[in-house]
Amino acid sequence: MNELDLAMVNWAKAQFALTAMYHWLFVPLTLGLSVLCAFMESIYVRTGDERWRSITKFWMTLFGINFAIGVATGIILEFEFGTNWSNYSWMVGDIFGAPLAVEGLVAFFLEATFFAVMFFGWDRVSKRFHLFSTWMVAVGANLSALWILVANSWMQHPVGMDFNPVSARFEMQNFWEVLLSPVAIAKFTHTTTSSFIVGSLFVITISSWYLLKGRHVEMAKKSVIVASVFGLLSSGMTALTGDQSAVVNSETQPMKLAAYEGLYTGTRNAGLVALGVLNHDKKPGDDADPFHFEVKLPSMLSLLAKHDANAFVPGIDDLVWGNEAEGIIGVDAKMKRGQQAVEDLTNYKQALNSGDEAAAEMSLTRFDVNKGYLGYGYLDAPVDAVPPVETAFYSFHIMVMLAAFFILIFAAFLYYSMKDTLEHKKLVLGGGFISFFLAMLASQAGWVVAEVGRQPWVIQDMMPVHIGASNISAGNVQTTFVMFAVIFTLLLLAEIKIMVQQIKKGPEGV
Amino acid sequence: MVSICKRVYGFYRDGFRQMTVGRTLWKIIFIKLIVMFAVLKLFFFPNFLKTNFDNDKLRADHVLEQLTLERRDTTHKKEGM
Repeated sequence: MNELDLAMVNWAKAQFALTAMYHWLFVPLTLGLSVLCAFMESIYVRTGDERWRSITKFWMTLFGINFAIGVATGIILEFEFGTNWSNYSWMVGDIFGAPLAVEGLVAFFLEATFFAVMFFGWDRVSKRFHLFSTWMVAVGANLSALWILVANSWMQHPVGMDFNPVSARFEMQNFWEVLLSPVAIAKFTHTTTSSFIVGSLFVITISSWYLLKGRHVEMAKKSVIVASVFGLLSSGMTALTGDQSAVVNSETQPMKLAAYEGLYTGTRNAGLVALGVLNHDKKPGDDADPFHFEVKLPSMLSLLAKHDANAFVPGIDDLVWGNEAEGIIGVDAKMKRGQQAVEDLTNYKQALNSGDEAAAEMSLTRFDVNKGYLGYGYLDAPVDAVPPVETAFYSFHIMVMLAAFFILIFAAFLYYSMKDTLEHKKLVLGGGFISFFLAMLASQAGWVVAEVGRQPWVIQDMMPVHIGASNISAGNVQTTFVMFAVIFTLLLLAEIKIMVQQIKKGPEGV
Repeated sequence: MVSICKRVYGFYRDGFRQMTVGRTLWKIIFIKLIVMFAVLKLFFFPNFLKTNFDNDKLRADHVLEQLTLERRDTTHKKEGM
């Protein structure tokens, strides 16, 4: 079967999104709560106050529940690579092999040693070694995430590689270039610091519930102080790393930046949309107003994305049709080069098969000239390079607005904790109670921006999503999609049930 | 060396014995892993290239074929979108 079944591609995309979003329900909490547990235990070891030991053990138990339910959910993504995305999986195998192998080793040694000490070793190893183990779990979990994020970042900004037209693989040329690419650094720092916020808000939510119920008040108040200080610091770091992400986007994925800002016409002194309602009927290249309503901060987009208020920020139309004055090549021009690359690749393959070395050499030389635009050769029209603007725009703005709300929550909790009046502030506690659920929404929205915003590419500029798919029927994917939905729902219900039972028991129950 | 191994074994044995909520979690982990590897991976997620092609040369040829044939299949793509 040579024809590509697009229904299959859409189901496979939906299945991957479902699996990744489900996996991401657990990961940020693991990353954030592990560090908070380490901080709390550090206070215990430093002060010798047994109440901090009890507090640490309580949060550690909740961390363990989340970890146990979430563990291995990411492996399903690898199953999907092999079945639904075999072309993609084959082509990136050489790049992803090293980071994913390191991730596997880190996770194995971490879980087999320090994780066990963390849970089994409270009265069996010294306080300091136990604390060291807790920190190692926190550091290891975050480093483990690094390798996955490096792999993801490579797809967003493929560097340190070369395409081998014989093996049909992207082969790694420079590991350090892959590891230390600006996208990888921005993604790792932004993902981990935002996950620290999720962990902090988990503590705030449960502590708020205790304070509203008048239960475990002392533990809740102590926990809130650690979570709000850590949450505030993490919010500051998340804002800085978010800015860095925007700068990197403007250089490596300007179409994504334009989409999540709803910017169709590029301009100098570009304003940042603080709030807006997009015009659903707006299409790239037409004269319709992109917004029904908008509140813009003048020049802020230029300042944030380029660190220069006067800088030109290209819009969707500039990127699709080009802007000679600003030196921007349009998608139509890139498509011509991409089509040439595909043709040269075809000729190279045919020449190799027929044993015509001279023709193969010539085709390869021509291919090398245009291979940086290979992916554009598979697009049908220039507008195919535009991601779903509304999804990217609203996801981005939901994430940013919630991030601002979280700063208010942390500041309010810290302020009233310092005044020792927090337990009487029902409105603040109510806000705190819902904050974790909003944090999960913001965290998911962040990934929607990152992944929907880079469409149509599975590897930026090199491979559109549909080229990476296997030639299998949509029916196969539909079946497993439903199975996953059922299994994931059951697992999530199990986690919520066990978690709620443990929270109701409180620190005495661990 | 034997003494260290015994201590490590005892550490894990006692740890597992003293678990409370951990017992339920381990059950969930085992059921999950069995479902994932013995059911999903085995029956629903065959590796497409390994199942259909015998060696890496054939797999590479197939992928390359997709990269070069795709270009001619634009009409079909558009209809599915």
